[in-house]
Amino acid sequence: MFEFWSRLWGRQGAGCSKDVAKERLRTVLVHDRASVAPQVFEKLKIDLIRAASRYMDVDESRTQVKLHRQDSAVALVANMPVLRLKHYTEQNNKAARRGDGRPGKAQGRPAPRH
Amino acid sequence: MGGEVIVITSGKGGVGKTTAVANLGTGLAMLGRKVVLVDADIGLRNLDIVMGLENRIVYDIVNVVEGRCKLRQALIRDKRFDNLFLLPAAQSRDKDAVTPEQMKALCQELTRDSDYVLIDCPAGIERGFKNAVAGADRAVIVTTPDVSSVRDADRIVGLLEASEIDSPQLLINRVKPSMVRRGDMLDIGDVMDILAIELIGIVPDDEDIVVSTNRGEPAVLDARSRAGQAFRNIARRLDGEEVPFMSLNESGGFWSRLKRLVNIGR
Ligand SMILES: Nc1ncnc2c1ncn2[C@@H]1O[C@H](COP(=O)(O)OP(=O)(O)OP(=O)(O)O)[C@@H](O)[C@H]1O
Ligand SMILES: [Mg+2]
Repeated sequence: MFEFWSRLWGRQGAGCSKDVAKERLRTVLVHDRASVAPQVFEKLKIDLIRAASRYMDVDESRTQVKLHRQDSAVALVANMPVLRLKHYTEQNNKAARRGDGRPGKAQGRPAPRH
Repeated sequence: MGGEVIVITSGKGGVGKTTAVANLGTGLAMLGRKVVLVDADIGLRNLDIVMGLENRIVYDIVNVVEGRCKLRQALIRDKRFDNLFLLPAAQSRDKDAVTPEQMKALCQELTRDSDYVLIDCPAGIERGFKNAVAGADRAVIVTTPDVSSVRDADRIVGLLEASEIDSPQLLINRVKPSMVRRGDMLDIGDVMDILAIELIGIVPDDEDIVVSTNRGEPAVLDARSRAGQAFRNIARRLDGEEVPFMSLNESGGFWSRLKRLVNIGR
């Protein structure tokens, strides 16, 4: 039976050279695209800090966002020192959903009325 | 008339851009469209010889932009189709003999009186590439199924986006069905997965291309050529027709192979 399938599919799946090619290409293209658009990481950093700030105070100046190669995979590694975690209350949670991170105090745009 | 300008580009050299321009241009002319082929590979003129028109050149693209001749005078009429023209590249000049603005103006003038303008882009991503894409409305990216060509194609997708040519289409050239079957060549699905752009067609690796290039007669003219058939299909797709993708398997595709195996088993 195995022979039937391997005859049908050729050697595919058994670590044939095109699978190696595909994995290598996938990895290298992540790096290629990142290297021609490094500003992506600055923007991502700002977004990540904004998201984290709803729940904690982070040290923005020491935050780093970069790609890390692990064998044939690529990982996104964000290093964000935490200064203080906020108290998690319902009110706090509402503020987090509202997106300003500061319960009760409007920042920039006026806070929506409830 | 308001025709369309389509640039045929690749990043990596030698993957089949000039072959594609000659065949797709001739294929569109066979459909009755009025077509102008522009060789933007200044300094490395090739489209003329692939089309078999190398003996008819009087003026070239640089003569036109420098005002030494009228555009009409530089256009060479094809031997076989009187609705197909070539604007040859200059052989003894640099890529910067034409500016992107001049290229844009030239394309605009050409589309006034034609259905399609196909631009043969030089390899690379510098000056010559920027000139070639400057006047284009659409782009076809040619790649072969090998890692370096696919990688360069991805770079081109990014650069085209930056030049505001959205949704380029992919032409995969020189596919070898027997190697794909063995699992030793990226297949169409793999390449589409990686590049994530629309497929316009697949062209098999075919000795007919070499023979037809030797003769200066594009393979689309040969009714029996498989690569010619593939290019005829792609020309129709460029022209907006929906044409099913052909199976590249010379032994008749997956189902006939399955049937054959089952028959052997019985
Ligand atoms: N489908 C095919 N089957 C066999 N040979 C092919 C095929 N397509 C192209 N070739 C051959 O590959 C070579 C390179 O093709 P071509 O000149 O069209 O590439 P190109 O991308 O225009 O190159 P350059 O970047 O130098 O301008 C030629 O010898 C051509 O005949
Ligand atoms: Mg060429």
